[in-house]
Amino acid sequence: MSPSPILELVGLHKAYGSLSVLRGIDLRVWPGEMVCVIGPSGSGKSSMLRCCNRLEESTGGQVVVDGVDITRADVDINTVRQHIGMVFQQFNLYPHLTALGNVALALRKVQGKSKAEAETLAMAALERVGLVDKARVYPAQLSGGQAQRVGIARAIVLEPKLILFDEPTSALDPETVGEVLKVMRQLRETGMTMLVVTHEMGFARAAADRVIFMDGGVIVEEGVPAAVFGAPQHERTKAFLARYHAAE
Amino acid sequence: MSDFERFIHTFFNLEVAARYWPDILSGLGVTAGIGLLVAVSGLALGVALAVLRAMQIRPLSLLIIAFADILRALPPLVLMIIFFFAFPLIGMPMNAFTTVWLTLTLVLAAYAEESMWGGILALPRGQSEAARSTGLTWWQTMTAVILPQAFRIAVPPLTNRVIAISKNVALGSVVALSEVLNNAQSASSLSANPTPLTMAAFAYLLLFLPVMLAARRLERRWQWKV
Repeated sequence: MSPSPILELVGLHKAYGSLSVLRGIDLRVWPGEMVCVIGPSGSGKSSMLRCCNRLEESTGGQVVVDGVDITRADVDINTVRQHIGMVFQQFNLYPHLTALGNVALALRKVQGKSKAEAETLAMAALERVGLVDKARVYPAQLSGGQAQRVGIARAIVLEPKLILFDEPTSALDPETVGEVLKVMRQLRETGMTMLVVTHEMGFARAAADRVIFMDGGVIVEEGVPAAVFGAPQHERTKAFLARYHAAE
Repeated sequence: MSDFERFIHTFFNLEVAARYWPDILSGLGVTAGIGLLVAVSGLALGVALAVLRAMQIRPLSLLIIAFADILRALPPLVLMIIFFFAFPLIGMPMNAFTTVWLTLTLVLAAYAEESMWGGILALPRGQSEAARSTGLTWWQTMTAVILPQAFRIAVPPLTNRVIAISKNVALGSVVALSEVLNNAQSASSLSANPTPLTMAAFAYLLLFLPVMLAARRLERRWQWKV
């Protein structure tokens, strides 16, 4: 394992007024690792994820990306964000642009690439998610699974050091969840570093290098999937997994 | 003379029409010219105000809201009279053309700002979050992601408003602007015959029916399913 983490959260706090949603998160994500974050709703999983590219501003602690504390005031957040991809629960594709336009936008606007160059790179990204044939199609004509794969292409085309996934399959029909998870697995095989907030326990168990269980704004338990799912140590983890299995 | 002949003689009098058509035509030119200028400058100012409001600087937003509410509440006629008769008193005389253009630009801008702001608000927060997450700046997000979508949402109210406000060029008769209706009224007084008003009606149809068709096409083309 490389000596320095891609992402390091140090004593991360987040509060909305008097409501504390993150109460001291310490986490390291190493290059090439896929870390899945599980936990009940309101446990702070998404807030933590959104603090990693400052879509939410943390109220204490550090977010260190590739050695740079991005919470510092003198950091150019727009430059940092090029290196941190994000995939959203609701896809958030731009409805006025084609799939290709969605993927190419940041290449053109942020990286200043020519239209031709941006489209070549965007095509390559769409190929990686298996959607070359949908390049000229608008988001409204895509299925949920296809839309989310375009969302993933939009993130990987910038060649980020890390991709944040915020419940990427929660808004999908059950029959299209598989195609998105498959793309994520392939991405992991290419060595992409991924931090994934998910309710897909089967996926977390099978594909993650490490699983984080969060509750009440803190990391309660972490370890390899076999340990967290097979032999949870904490009562809260046991209760959560038991509820989950009961619901299944 | 039969009733029908009297009707034709009154409203479709060829002799009167032949004498006054150049007046109607030049009036049409003035109305079309100001209407076009107002559409361009009013929409541009309205969009600019909506963008400024989206910056969420509170005092600035309050000013914009006050501007939009006051301009939408006042009858354009009142504004026109104030600009034309009051501004010379503070050393800023304004000719009829400028008065009408400025008044209608401000009124259209007030409505356009509200429509565009409504369009911006209608967009899910995720749109700007997605754009920002890929490194786009606030401004790039606004121009490449937010405004193109807000504009599509705002097109039906905007086209309606552009047509309604362009017709208000006719109010320019109070400041003696030589637009279609003013010229037609003078002509019908001089000739003691309302045929010039009939001609003005046709002039309006000639001017605005194509605008309506274009608006309808624009609305259809820019619709998309979400």
